[in-house]
Amino acid sequence: MTFINYASREINCKIVYYGPGLCGKTTNLQHIYDKSNIGTKGKLISLATETDRTLFFDFLPLELGTVRGFKTRFHLYTVPGQVFYDASRKLILKGVDGVIFVADSQEERMDANIEALDNLVTNLQGQGYDFNTIPYVIQFNKRDLPTAMSVEDMKKLLCRRNEPIVEACAAKGTGVFETLRAVAKVVLQELNRGQ
Amino acid sequence: MSGPDIVMYEVEFNLIKGIMAKLRTDSNAQVVFLVDKNGQQIATAGDAEHIDATSLASLTAGNVAATDGLAKLIGEREFSILFHEGEKDNIHISIVASRVILVVIFDERSSLGLVRLRVKRASAELAEVFAGLLAKMELEKAKGAASEHATPFSEITDDDIDALFG
Repeated sequence: MTFINYASREINCKIVYYGPGLCGKTTNLQHIYDKSNIGTKGKLISLATETDRTLFFDFLPLELGTVRGFKTRFHLYTVPGQVFYDASRKLILKGVDGVIFVADSQEERMDANIEALDNLVTNLQGQGYDFNTIPYVIQFNKRDLPTAMSVEDMKKLLCRRNEPIVEACAAKGTGVFETLRAVAKVVLQELNRGQ
Repeated sequence: MSGPDIVMYEVEFNLIKGIMAKLRTDSNAQVVFLVDKNGQQIATAGDAEHIDATSLASLTAGNVAATDGLAKLIGEREFSILFHEGEKDNIHISIVASRVILVVIFDERSSLGLVRLRVKRASAELAEVFAGLLAKMELEKAKGAASEHATPFSEITDDDIDALFG
């Protein structure tokens, strides 16, 4: 649900990072926050537990620059990944313009990835979106770990449409901005198509 | 995508700002915000310089969404008013036209009763503006590319997108 303000010539889009617990959603946001220029970013808000697990959401507003004379802002949100926070995840998907699914590359986390992906499809449907048409990018995170599954095998398990895939190691910052760029591209293309 | 995007035009934006400025004066509030249910800030009236408005918008929307969830759990359609009382400052949050959120921040120079009274009147006026805005959005959409408000993205290129990331 993009917000276009002709009076102040601004466009705001909402991007949601989805994925299983501990896959690196907050780490993605943290890296963007650390590496963005002051002035283009707002405060990073984390509603987290005392042990730094996301409780409700993380939020980072980011000003990307101007497209065709319109100031373009992205509001980045993460969802809590832990299974029992499903009610919160549903709320955060409200009004989403683009989704990034952060998949954990470790072999032992594949079941959790698949469960979270199924959950994403269901929750999108619950908000009136179709997983097959919403702007969507998948990130294969933690590529640097020795237990990481091959990209080909992960594709077979997790890719359900012809989505852009970005390999990443969010803790080191690799692939984080590439993922954001990929989703920005599909979101803006969708805006172009949708109107 | 579900539902229309929100589009704000100059005329309605000025109407909204006018209603909010009046609400702020009439209710003796410090600052008044209008936020959409997805956490986008729409307009502000009053001294908002010391407040991080973007964060306020997103947290308010999260708060309202969570409260909405609670309402549905117990079989209510919505809780249309939320009130947070602080030591010095208070926040009054209300839903306008089931679509946008009106946030009034006030201190001891005002009172909950006064704020509620003034918010009620402003809400009715805002609801009218939003009804008109939705009708206009539909009309512009039907006109499509011929509209004076044709989407700024109609000719977007990959280069435009790449330029955003420097």
